[in-house]
Amino acid sequence: MARRLFIVCVTGTREKLQMAAMFASVAAATGDEVSVFLSMNALPYFIKGRVAEPPVEGEMGTLMEQKGVPPFKQLFQQAVQLGDAKLLPCSMALDLMRLSKDSMDEEVGPPTGLTRFLSDAEGAQLLTF
Amino acid sequence: MNDCKIVDARNTFCPGPLMELITYMKQASVGDTLELLSTDDGSGADVPEWVNKAGHELVSKERVEGVWHIRIRKAK
Repeated sequence: MARRLFIVCVTGTREKLQMAAMFASVAAATGDEVSVFLSMNALPYFIKGRVAEPPVEGEMGTLMEQKGVPPFKQLFQQAVQLGDAKLLPCSMALDLMRLSKDSMDEEVGPPTGLTRFLSDAEGAQLLTF
Repeated sequence: MNDCKIVDARNTFCPGPLMELITYMKQASVGDTLELLSTDDGSGADVPEWVNKAGHELVSKERVEGVWHIRIRKAK
């Protein structure tokens, strides 16, 4: 049976989004069942047409910008396309920003509440960024 | 004889080479051999680990002048 990995993205910085995307893409492409919950300051980076890049936290973020590190959005897309990962926007955060599912990137799935997410994540591995 | 497809993922960082390889593996037919080129140090350990977990066959692995050449046969 495939492992189940739940990832919670709440921080809108380059390093945190990158690390979450790396875990999501590698796990999904290896056959794990991956769900990524997007909320707080991480959510705006998944709004359709958004061009602003997240700020860097420190040295690694700056280095990643200069070198050939795959962009986090590309890794999340690969997680969805190659490994059927789910990107789930927090329904509360969408409400706060007055956004609908249609305002979000194509890969982003249905708005999801905490009750549903916690219920699905029961007994699985959960990482928070 | 060199009938394998080259996946050139040099100068990209983890997990770029692995994701490139997986993209091409999905498109390949069972029995096809792909050769991944990677300058990412970790590929030498990570790619064989993925190949093993995914149930494919590691044909060869060597490092020439800082570039990993990893050949994989699609097994399923």
